[in-house]
Parts: sequence; structure tokens; C-alpha cells
Amino acid sequence: MKRIAYQAVAIALFAAVAWYLVANTLDNLAARNIASGFAFLRREAGFEIGESAFLAYSAADSYLRALVVGLINTFKVALAGVVLATVLGAAIGVGRLSGNYLLRTLSAAYVEFIRNVPLLVQLFFWYAVIAEALPPAREALQPLPGVFISSRGFFFPIPHFTSTGMSWDTPILEGFNFAGGAHLSPEFVTLLIGLTVYTGAFIAEIVRAGILAVGRGQVDAARALGLGPGATLRYVVLPQALRVIVPPLTSQFLNLIKNSSLAVAIGYPDLVAIVGTTINQTGQAIEGVAIIMAVYLTISLAISALMNWYNARLK
Amino acid sequence: MNWVRKNLFSGWANTLLTVLIAVFLLKTVPALVHWAFLDAVWQPDPKACRAAHGACWGFVAEKYRFILFGTYPYEQHWRPAAAILILLVLYAFSAVRAFWSWWLALPWAAGLACIGVLMWGGVPGLPYVENELWGGLIVTLILATFGIACAFPLSILLALGRRSGLPAIQGLCVAYIELIRGVPLISVLFMASIMLPLFLPSGVSIDKLLRAQIALILFAAAYLAEVVRGGLQAIPKTQYEMADALGLSYFQKTLYVVLPQALRIAVPPLVNTFIGLFKDTSLVVIIGLFDLLATIKVSLNEPAWSGFGVEAYLFAALVYFVFCFAMSLYSRKLEQKTTYSPQS
Repeated sequence: MKRIAYQAVAIALFAAVAWYLVANTLDNLAARNIASGFAFLRREAGFEIGESAFLAYSAADSYLRALVVGLINTFKVALAGVVLATVLGAAIGVGRLSGNYLLRTLSAAYVEFIRNVPLLVQLFFWYAVIAEALPPAREALQPLPGVFISSRGFFFPIPHFTSTGMSWDTPILEGFNFAGGAHLSPEFVTLLIGLTVYTGAFIAEIVRAGILAVGRGQVDAARALGLGPGATLRYVVLPQALRVIVPPLTSQFLNLIKNSSLAVAIGYPDLVAIVGTTINQTGQAIEGVAIIMAVYLTISLAISALMNWYNARLK
Repeated sequence: MNWVRKNLFSGWANTLLTVLIAVFLLKTVPALVHWAFLDAVWQPDPKACRAAHGACWGFVAEKYRFILFGTYPYEQHWRPAAAILILLVLYAFSAVRAFWSWWLALPWAAGLACIGVLMWGGVPGLPYVENELWGGLIVTLILATFGIACAFPLSILLALGRRSGLPAIQGLCVAYIELIRGVPLISVLFMASIMLPLFLPSGVSIDKLLRAQIALILFAAAYLAEVVRGGLQAIPKTQYEMADALGLSYFQKTLYVVLPQALRIAVPPLVNTFIGLFKDTSLVVIIGLFDLLATIKVSLNEPAWSGFGVEAYLFAALVYFVFCFAMSLYSRKLEQKTTYSPQS
């Protein structure tokens, strides 16, 4: 009886608060002459987007198309970030357990420093490094033939396929910038470096904990069987460590994807940045925030499900 | 000698690694030392900075008052300074395990009230300063401290609700926690800064600082609730059963038996969550609030000092690092001290 009473009170309270907020919102929307609903998505966006991969976009396209471009940009940086951060994190995590004093200490210092500084500060820092420390396009660094690194971003050649065969589309300096080839914008590079370096430090700790969780006896037994350090890691330690590593690794991937929304602070046109612009232009704040939340929730749930499946397979 | 051989030169792979790292360090460290110290400019003189090859720490020397206190009236800067001091004393006080009890809420309430009076003023001797003028480090500390202080009780309720066994309450708590944890903080901040005004009856308005504060509290509560839940789950079942056997009511059981133990166990992970939230306060710069990071960003807009972003953000990183690293060391020390293992 008491149980039912408590729950009834909780639901009544929740409903009352929800009703109060919704009623206020409807009043305010009516007072401001904002029509709610998602019809605005079909209207012409009227703003340009700095970069759009895989999907042609111009200012004459609809808001919906702009949002899709933003979503693709989010996926682009998140996917690259997840791969690079995992590689970096695994290397640093193994480095922290190395027998080599220098490597061990440097890895530990890296993890300690990076984890205790906000990602946003790091993003601003890398953006400043690219803008201030890298040379202008005319004096671009050229580490490899055809690859140019400057404050305008990274330019590199891409293969160009024609009916007669393959040729290279190489970037060429024209005026103050490069033309041709493939281009990574400074914003994209900043975000990618920032996400990789930051998440890499967290992944390193997870990898380290995972390896430490494998009993010392397992390593000793493998070595006694005559396996080398590499083979021990590959065949004995990693398969066992992965079981410990995968669940927290999943949440780091999710964090990376959520953190990619900081793109808005440095001007990379990800989903959140595009929704922000859309809200400013249309005033459809509720719909905009709802879109952001729905998209990220869907991504979170999908990745959790995928990783749970993978984890179940490991066991 | 033995140590050197064992840690640096055991086997050819190890030796190769040592040599490679040593070469790398010899190439980079001297250049960095030259840039950061030997060739650096320490006087607040933009012209000397532009001429020099090294870092321009003169930027920090010139702007530190603005970075710490923002646009707070200059001759009143002692007030945010005193507020920062009160906060530091409260942090230190709460770090002592002997003081961990419900009574700790009293000095916190008193301290936070003092800070409110100091910052706003409006009493004799302290002219009123509206919070549009607050800025810098004190805003970062206020957002983090009030955020955690208000989110903590809320998170305990959420965690208890999630474990209550009452389907309706459990459902509401789970939905809230998972919804907030599934979306980026920036979307919660957007919601607070754009949508909160829509939620309130017309005529009622709350300012930017409070809106961001509410967003941070709502966000922090979901993350803290999961940590508290971890603590609740770590208590052996016999503790619950014994409390029931003694005939304690749910509230007595929770208040006197469960929470004191659960929260003690949860302190190290709680501190780690605090670190995350402290770092997360930096996001308020995106919705136009004037925290530590924003004052640094604005300082760079001045033409004389533009182009020294690397130095400026290194300084920002250092300030955040000092706070976060202190918390991280503390949490690690606690973990070592309290290898408290309840009997199972």
C-alpha cells in the first residue's frame, strides 16, 4: 500500500512539473509567434558550410540537408578520432608498463598532464599552434613531395582515376592558398589532434589496467613455455586483457563522440554547430536541441549495443 | 649502475629504445627550454614580445588581474580574491577524513553564504556588483563548487531512487540518468541557455550565470548518481538485513546505516568525477559566459596581444592542471589509505 502511494506521489509530481513546463512553453511560443514542429527543415538554409564530405551542399539547400552534412562531419572526425585514439592509447598504455625507464616515465607524464587539462583548453591550444606556429601557405612545410603543412591546413595528393589509368592530383600553390589535391582544414586537424590526444590518455589507463588485470602467473607461464615478449603479449595477455578493456573502452568511444561536439567552439561544422546556426536563424530552439539529443542518444545506444554484442562474443 | 642496466639497457630492444628516446629528448628539450625560459619575455611589453624568439609570458604578467577576476570592478578585486580563499579553505577542510559527517554541511552553507554576500555585496561597506560583471577564475570555481554541492544531494536521491525497487520511481530515475549521460554537455547547456527562458512563465527571467549553473547541476547529478550507486552496491547485503532486523524504517536505515558506508566507499571515484566536472565547466565559454577560459580568450582579442594564443592557453592549461592534479593526487592517496574491505 505504502509502495503504491509513494509511486503515485512521484508520478503525480512529475506530471505536474511536466505539465507546468509544457504549458509555460506553449504560452511563450504563442507570445513569440514561433510555430513549433519540424516543417522548417524543408526551408532553404541560406548559409554556407565550410566543408562537406560525400554530399554536395550549397546555401540554396534545405536545413535538413545542412543537418545531414553536419552529421557526416561529426562521423568523419569521430571515426578518425576513435581509430587514432585507440592506437595512441594502446601504445602509451603498453609504454607505461615498459621495462624501459624513459618510456615508462614519459608515458606516465603524458597521461597525467593530458587527463588533468580540459579538452576545450587543449583544442584552443592546438588551434593556436596551427594558426601561430605553422608557416603561411607560401612557406608551407613540405615533409614529403606534394604534402604541404601550413596554417591553412594540410594538403596532400590524391590518386585520380581515369579510363586510361591513374594519375596524381597534386596540390599547387595559387596566390595565398593551395588548389587541387585533398585538403584537411585547420579546424578538422585541430579537432582530430585534440580528441586523439585527450581520449588517448584515458584509453592508455584502460589498457594499462587491463594488462595489469592479467595475473603475473600467466606471463611467467607463457615465458616458461618459451614464448617471447611479443608472442606472450599477442597470445596470452591481450586475449585476456581485452575482456577487461572492452567495457570501459566503449564508454571512452562514446565520450569521444560526445566530445566531438566541442567542434562548435573552434568553428568546425559538426552537427551541433549546424544546429546552433539553424536555431539562431529560425528560432526553433526546442526542435534543434531535440534533434541533437535524439541523434546522440541513438549513437550512444547503438554503440553500447554493438559493444555488448562484441563483449558477449569474447566470453 | 645496476638500476641503469636493468631499467635502460636490458637487451638490445631496450637499449635501442633508450637511445631513440634520448636522441628525441636531446633534440626537443633544449629548444623548448630556450623557447619557454631562456628566450622568453617576462615583462608586459608587446613590442619586446614580437621581437623575441621565445615565449611571451608578458601577456600573463599584463593580464593576470583580468584573467583572475574578469570585469569585476578593479578596486573591489579583494572580494573575489577573498571568495577564492574561502573556497580553498572549504576544500582543504572537507579533505580531512575526520570531518566527514553530516555536520560538514554547516561550514559549507556558511561559507557559500559568505561568498554570496562578498560577491554580490549590497550590504553596508560592500557596493552591489551584479553578476554580469563577474568573471575569471572565481566564476570557474563558483560554477564547479555550486555545481557539485547542489548536484550531490540530488544524485543521492537519484541513486536511491534507481535502487528503490519501486518501478515508477526507478523508471523515472533511470530515464533521467541515461538521458543526460547519453547526450553531450553542450546540448544541456544549449537547452538551459535557450530553452529555459521558454519553460518559465512570462515575466520571470533568470540570468545567464544561473542558467549555466542549473545546466551543470542537472548534468553533474546524473554522473554522480552512477558513482553513488556504485557505492550503494558495494555494501554487503547483511548490512541492509541487519538494519531491517533492528526494525529501522527505510529512512533510518538509509540515513544511519547505508549512506554513511556507501559514500565513504564512493569517495575516490567521486573525486574523479569532480575532476571531470571541474574540467567541464570550461564549456560555458561556448554559451558566452565569462569564466577563466573566456577571460583568456577575450584578452587575446586585444590587437597588441593577439597572436600569443599558445602562451595564453598553456597558462590556462597550467591553472586547470594545478586544481585537477591536486584532486587526482588526493583521490589516489585516499584509495591507498582506505583499502577498506567490508566483510562479505
